[in-house]
Amino acid sequence: MIIAWVVILLTLGSVVFYVLSPWHLTPLASNWGAMDSTIHITALVTGAVFVAVNLFLAWVILRYRHRADRRAHFDPENKRLEGWLTLVTSLGIAALLAPGLWVWGAFVSVPEEAHEVEVVGQQWRWSFRLPGEDGELGRVDTRLIDETNPFGMTEDPAGLDDRLVMEPRLLLPMGQPVKLLLRSKDVLHNFQVANFRAKMDLVPGQVSYFWLTPTEAGEYEVACAELCGIAHFAMRAWVEVVEPEVFEVWLAEQPTQADWLARANPDPTAGQAHYASCAACHGANGEGNANIQAPPLAGMAPWYLSRQLELFRRGARGTHPEDTQGQQMRPFAQQLADGAAIADLAAYIAGFEPVQASPAESGNARRGARLYRTCANCHGEWGQGIPATQGPRLAGLPDWYLIRQLEHFREGIRGRHADDPYGNQMVDMAQMLVNRRAVEDVVAHITTLTATEEE
Amino acid sequence: MVESRGSAVVEEMELVHPKTFLGKYIWSQDAKVIAIQYGLTATAIGLVALVLSILIRLQLGFPGTFSLIDPSSYLQYVTMHGMIMVVYLLTAFLLGAFGNYLIPLMVGARDMAFPFLNMLSYWFYLASVLILVASFFVPGGPSGGGWTLYPPQVISAGTPGAGGGIVLMLVSLVVFIAGFTMGGLNYVVTVLQARTRGMTLMRLPLTVWGIFMATALALLAFPALLVAVLMLLCDLLLGSSFFMPEMLNLGEPSGHEGGSPLLYQHLFWFFGHPEVYIVALPAFGIVSDVLACHARKNIFGYRMMVWALILIGVLSFVVWAHHMFVSGMNPYFGFLFATTTLVIAVPTAIKVYNWVLTLWRGNIRLTVPMLFAIGFLFTFVNGGLSGLFLGNVTVDVPLSDTYFVVGHFHMVMAVAPVLVIFAGLYHWYPKVSGRMFHQGMAKWHFWLTFLGTYLVYFPMHFMGFAGVPRRYYAYGESAFISESVITMNLVITLAALVVASAQLLFLFNMAWSLRHGEKADSNPWGATTLEWQTPHTPPRHGNFGDQLPVVYRWAYDYSVPGAAQDFLPQNLPPEAVSRAEGGEASS
Repeated sequence: MIIAWVVILLTLGSVVFYVLSPWHLTPLASNWGAMDSTIHITALVTGAVFVAVNLFLAWVILRYRHRADRRAHFDPENKRLEGWLTLVTSLGIAALLAPGLWVWGAFVSVPEEAHEVEVVGQQWRWSFRLPGEDGELGRVDTRLIDETNPFGMTEDPAGLDDRLVMEPRLLLPMGQPVKLLLRSKDVLHNFQVANFRAKMDLVPGQVSYFWLTPTEAGEYEVACAELCGIAHFAMRAWVEVVEPEVFEVWLAEQPTQADWLARANPDPTAGQAHYASCAACHGANGEGNANIQAPPLAGMAPWYLSRQLELFRRGARGTHPEDTQGQQMRPFAQQLADGAAIADLAAYIAGFEPVQASPAESGNARRGARLYRTCANCHGEWGQGIPATQGPRLAGLPDWYLIRQLEHFREGIRGRHADDPYGNQMVDMAQMLVNRRAVEDVVAHITTLTATEEE
Repeated sequence: MVESRGSAVVEEMELVHPKTFLGKYIWSQDAKVIAIQYGLTATAIGLVALVLSILIRLQLGFPGTFSLIDPSSYLQYVTMHGMIMVVYLLTAFLLGAFGNYLIPLMVGARDMAFPFLNMLSYWFYLASVLILVASFFVPGGPSGGGWTLYPPQVISAGTPGAGGGIVLMLVSLVVFIAGFTMGGLNYVVTVLQARTRGMTLMRLPLTVWGIFMATALALLAFPALLVAVLMLLCDLLLGSSFFMPEMLNLGEPSGHEGGSPLLYQHLFWFFGHPEVYIVALPAFGIVSDVLACHARKNIFGYRMMVWALILIGVLSFVVWAHHMFVSGMNPYFGFLFATTTLVIAVPTAIKVYNWVLTLWRGNIRLTVPMLFAIGFLFTFVNGGLSGLFLGNVTVDVPLSDTYFVVGHFHMVMAVAPVLVIFAGLYHWYPKVSGRMFHQGMAKWHFWLTFLGTYLVYFPMHFMGFAGVPRRYYAYGESAFISESVITMNLVITLAALVVASAQLLFLFNMAWSLRHGEKADSNPWGATTLEWQTPHTPPRHGNFGDQLPVVYRWAYDYSVPGAAQDFLPQNLPPEAVSRAEGGEASS
């Protein structure tokens, strides 16, 4: 008999849970309120059926439980009842399907006036491209993608005024329909902003799309919703919905393809002058100085050095109260006047001969090698660094520096600033190192790496 | 040695009775032994998948605690858990174990139509399992690309096992499909050609109908998977570009050109959706027979049930792209596939009504198989209804790739069929082993499994409403995922641990009862179908002794008005039915 009461309790309990559960749809921020309505209609209809069928089931168990003096009815068919049930079910299904298809009709009809934004996904980051004055995106070709041409822009003149957004932060004007064109450089991804409801996969080799109209100002997190490899869970970005005027100002600040092409080649000679103040701590040849906790710079790629200097300068790194060394670094970065100065300096440092780290004092390199297979996806199997994943070179970095940085990532002392998206990602990834021992093990492995396959 | 011929008109088959232990139990051609081999192998590999699910749950419940579980291994656990459970456990158990044991017995045959092929089918299956297990031990470990094995990801850098593990997985699938095809042809031919005299198609027990339809689906669906798997192997090993477009591999050109990732998804789901019914239809059949027998009542609307099975089977081939509503395929497909998907809900709902109506006005014995069958009904109603969210294209968009999907498919195609497998195992255990199982342990097993799984999967739907994405190693640093989700994950993990331990209790019960269980009668439940009418329990090679049974009635003559017994076996001649004293049945 208990089973009947359990069915009743579970049925009613499920309804109560539906009402009281702390997890609801996220606050709606787009025009797709109709999707919410279809969810609610479906929940209502299926909820009613759920309660009706299960309560009937429980009643039947109670009413017709076994008694020695009773025999079951013998009724093989009941055409009338079966016919009615089929009819009512079909009507219920039609009632669910009709609104679904109706809203889908709107989903597949992109408004004429929608402006276009290209979303580019790659393992494991997002970037964006918006058309310039001409309102048209230039043609792209995957074969042309490399470090100097991250979007694979062709020579199509329509692309010269395209605005390139390299950082994973996109602004959208409120109240204006936008058609998101989705492009992947490598594997499948999915652009999901829970508050927008609509989402779609990014598929390499084709351009998929969907549209929406942002309706609520605010910042929304983008989460990749299609498994794309080991850092899938850490592939995030932000969409900020703002007033159209704010959007226009922001858009104008983004570099165009023409700006990108015209950017001056960095000048290592100019960089040498800037390096004078660095040399005191980091050494004349960027070899680092363990005594004052200054890491080696030799071997680090210009793109990484530039990004970090920019973060220090903006206060996105070196501002955490517990990051003593970062706080020491920050004033020096602030001496660099602009992006050009940073690029020059980075180009100069790139000329240094890389150093080889001495073996770590603690940790088990063999255990660390197993942990490192996750790190290798972004930082390279031999610690050489992979620009595409924004994973810097690790080979040559000393154990004390690596341990401190990993501990800082683990504790959120480094990388948690909102303007440091790749730091955010590293905070997520560093959670796999569950204790100090794991950190020391992986560092012990990293100090054996030489950036190339041959030992 | 030739079995003496019975009186039945159907052609008798020649059976070779082996004399050695090896011949009887290892290289056996007896469908019943093969069934047990399938069952044990599937259980063994299923236990691996169970352990993997616990590792997954430990990571989600206690993030940042276990050094063993890093993002790579997490994805490997997820992938292997899914693939093993769907293909190597559920498909193999429902068709390989139940199919082999029950088809010949239930249709009144001495064995499968092609016993040697049947044996070969098992050995292929075992080989596929071993190859799959081997992928745990190659450098890089097993594939971590998700059980759907979507390219380009599954064979590209950035995915664990993209080099070695995936090759073994794909080869294992090829071997599995080859083995399954041998078994499947056997089931179909046996049902169509080896039925005993009087066993018309419309007198078949629904178990046989369910397994028969599922096998027919599998024979049509698995080739699509085979093609997809072979093409994927070519893309990986030969550098072809069936599914691989022009793309980069962590910044480096991959060298592929012109392939279509969506083509793979279409092929995969052309197999993958029927696969849901390959698992579900045998479960539908088994649960129908369990409900009828233990409620002492005929199945309600038998003909409707058969036609619903056939209709579901046919429709299951035209709904596949509902797995791809947000895949980037042409969005206009959404109209078609949402419609076909919701249409399939009608025959499915009819089956649910008929199960409940079978209990209605019955005389319900709350035996262990009946408890599991009721557990199935409750779970399946829940999982079926949540399918109406995901099948209806617009509603699917916000929910796809979230925990709503995880909750839904585990309810409908994991817990529901597994509850039926347990119902079936407890139901037929006395016949297979000749002993009764331990009632107390079995009831504990039921309650812990039924309540535990509901606690595990029901809340996941609500996480899905909140937008929590699936296949995430950790959630700690997300802005839109609340603390309470993390807490719930902990609760779910604890419930999952309880459910997992309950399965150990089940295994213990099965093993313990083999020796210590009470001796079972040949027909302890009072069932009508032929497997309960064998001269020996457990049935011997050849099933029915000297004479094949002759069938006079359908499989559901329970509580027939006017009859003295409350069940009439299918092979009971009309003249042997004794009249009841009072005549009429009462409610």
